[in-house]
Amino acid sequence: MLLLLIAAVAGYVVAARRTSAPSSGAYLVFLRLGLVVIVIRVVLAGLFGASIPGHTLLTLPQVALPAWAPGVRIGGPVTLEGVAFAGYQGMRLAVMLCCIGAANALASPARLLRCVPGALYEVGVAVVVAMTFAPQVITTVARVRAARRLRGRPNRGLRGIRGVAMPVLEGALERSLEVAASMDSRGYGRTTGQARAGRWLTAALTLAGLVGVAAGSYGLLDSGSPGLLGLPVVAAGVLLAVTGLALGSRRSVRTRYRPDRWLPPEWLVVGCGAVAAASFVTIGATTGLQPTVSPLQVPGLPLLATAALLVALLPSWLTPPVPGLQR
Amino acid sequence: MIDLDRVSFTYPGATAPTLREVTLHVPEGELCVVVGRTGTGKSTLLRAVNGLVPHFTGGVLAGRVAVAGRDTRSHPPRELADVVGFVGQNPAAGFVTDVVADELAYSMESLGVPPAVMRRRVEDTLDLLGLVELRDRPLGTLSGGQQQRVAIGSVLTAHPPVLVLDEPTSALDPPAAEEVLAALQRLVHDLGMTVLLAEHRLERVVQYADRIVYVPGDGALLEVGSPARIMATAPVYPPVVGLGRLAGWDPLPLSVRDARRAAGPLIEALSGRAAPRVPAARGEPAAQVRGLAVSYGPVIALRSVELSLRLREVVALMGRNGSGKSTLLAALVGLVEPAAGSVRVAGRRPYGRPARDVVREVGLVPQEPGDLLYAETVAAECAQADTDARAGSGTTRRILDRLAPGVGDEVHPRDLSEGQRLCLALAVILSAAPPVLLLDEPTRGLDYTAKARLVEILRELATEGRAVVLATHDVELVAEVATRTVVLADGEVVADGPTDDVVTHSPGFAPQVAKVLAPQRWLTVAAVARALAP
Repeated sequence: MLLLLIAAVAGYVVAARRTSAPSSGAYLVFLRLGLVVIVIRVVLAGLFGASIPGHTLLTLPQVALPAWAPGVRIGGPVTLEGVAFAGYQGMRLAVMLCCIGAANALASPARLLRCVPGALYEVGVAVVVAMTFAPQVITTVARVRAARRLRGRPNRGLRGIRGVAMPVLEGALERSLEVAASMDSRGYGRTTGQARAGRWLTAALTLAGLVGVAAGSYGLLDSGSPGLLGLPVVAAGVLLAVTGLALGSRRSVRTRYRPDRWLPPEWLVVGCGAVAAASFVTIGATTGLQPTVSPLQVPGLPLLATAALLVALLPSWLTPPVPGLQR
Repeated sequence: MIDLDRVSFTYPGATAPTLREVTLHVPEGELCVVVGRTGTGKSTLLRAVNGLVPHFTGGVLAGRVAVAGRDTRSHPPRELADVVGFVGQNPAAGFVTDVVADELAYSMESLGVPPAVMRRRVEDTLDLLGLVELRDRPLGTLSGGQQQRVAIGSVLTAHPPVLVLDEPTSALDPPAAEEVLAALQRLVHDLGMTVLLAEHRLERVVQYADRIVYVPGDGALLEVGSPARIMATAPVYPPVVGLGRLAGWDPLPLSVRDARRAAGPLIEALSGRAAPRVPAARGEPAAQVRGLAVSYGPVIALRSVELSLRLREVVALMGRNGSGKSTLLAALVGLVEPAAGSVRVAGRRPYGRPARDVVREVGLVPQEPGDLLYAETVAAECAQADTDARAGSGTTRRILDRLAPGVGDEVHPRDLSEGQRLCLALAVILSAAPPVLLLDEPTRGLDYTAKARLVEILRELATEGRAVVLATHDVELVAEVATRTVVLADGEVVADGPTDDVVTHSPGFAPQVAKVLAPQRWLTVAAVARALAP
């Protein structure tokens, strides 16, 4: 129930505040992908999953496996409990995908890039180019499918997919080369007058910092590791990374065109998100949100968690509408 | 400003050099046009100027290329970004960001221009290229002409003293092309910018050129000189030059205005003779479009279009970028669903029927003929087309040999010249023997020789009893081949009639010869030559 609510909240915020940019259709695409994930998860669990004892829905013919594959099962009884468990798992993945889709739809990749510190600019551009790639592929697929129809070939079936995939990949490759050439000839990656040593220092600092953060997070989350690996290492990592980035940004020759300013609406959005996330972590730590499958019961709707989630809905009213919205 | 000194270049894996011993010097403030047939190395020459060749392509470059004193040997393209602005053949493929204003600012961000200056330059460039209304539009929603102007603007904001453009008007309708060229001319005149551009449609650019570089290909030496001198002998030339050569005008006129001033005696000589009228096609009806409307989401692409096609006629479909030409063709082959009205080809609706049946009634060669080709070799492509069309083996190959003799069996379709690739795509479509043949923008990237061959082919196909429809911006092609011209504007048919009536009535779509010899209605140099022949 909660998961569905999360998806709905994300969907509503997207609908309220999306722009006319090409990426704004992403939510629907990811929603569909999520549904596919659920179906695949349930089907696979029905076929291969370890059976959970309970109400048997139907029994598939079971394939007898040789003795060297214990614990693997193909076919056999499919229980309601098993299906529900798989469904929950699939749904978790699907909702995660939905949230990614929502983020994609709301944040223009280019605007995201503007918030990246100067030292990471290069990485940022790579990410942006990668993100513009998806819509390009969609247009190419449409063109290739049209061309196949013009030749009187089928678009369905395995051969159809193969016939479409090859030209699409070729087109994608060509486009990325073209973008790279264009970026290069427009001054991307200029390093005029920078000392090599300075660049190395920045890179080393940043990298060490990131490693520290990763190790520290592991230490924090894994209860079995020594306490020393926790907070102190995270703190040190963050410090290193920030130093590296700050150093890099100071030397960067690049400037920003009309940088986005950080105004009260931005604080509000971040605040709402943080409140929702924090309350979930606390609730999860105290009571647990995992619905039980055995014995099977209709999942309830915990009041506190719902309220926390509704906080995340607030930005759709609190933020100013997108200027120049075209419908 | 641009210095090439004995430059030779060989692509990796190629046996012969693409450029050989090229020496070229372009002084500051000049507009220099590079002309030549397809595949002679024009694009390679342009890309060598900002270092993309060889830094990006690989290959071996000998000699010296320098721009504003910077040698491309020691300066990769990014270090030349502040002196050379480069706009490639396909501007949309080179966009990095997603909104017009950001795209304009991108080069400056890379170069580290202070924000206040950036703000001002973006505004200046928006004004200079007439892009003010488009400031916040996503790049994907722009028309071809707008995209081209944004691409030019995006390199202009860095204020480079040199601008290099590869076929800047090839995808544009005549008015949009004029817009872009006018903008370029302003840059040359007002800002003293040096411009080097390559173009196939000479009728659009020759009159603006200060100097012409003719690339003969096959490693022969470049010819560089004043436009009038090069045009007097070059094998590629616009119709106005053809007329001038025919009439023996000296100096050779390069613009319609110059030609009109010299044309007095010619107009007199022609006054007794009637310009040839194209006879109206009397073939059987081949396709009917009634009250057709098509929309993509909220965008209406076509509204209440009426059109009937007869066999044995060549119909030209003209109109601005985005006026609905391609959509009308797509509706005729059943690629898009009519929102209202009906489309009937050979009495049946093309939409929703199985593709393999539709291809026998109507065939479309899309804007990018390469889309139709997937096989690794020409031979495999032909064999596949035979199977698809359920035609006898060797059918496609025979058609191809007729359209473009001498295409090797083992060549990869991607390595063919533009003209050969178009012929291969055409052969693939014709293998199913559709009585109605549609071509979307067939002359993009074709040089004059390839275009002349296309005209012959289209005429033959029509005489054989087909209905041919071409959507095009190329007024000279229309004048040569079309028996009827239909003009679309904003999704509606605004003119439909014999080509000579339609094109001579509209200044935007009139061919050069018609403009020179107005009010007489001659459309092509060939027609004038025939009339003058004893």
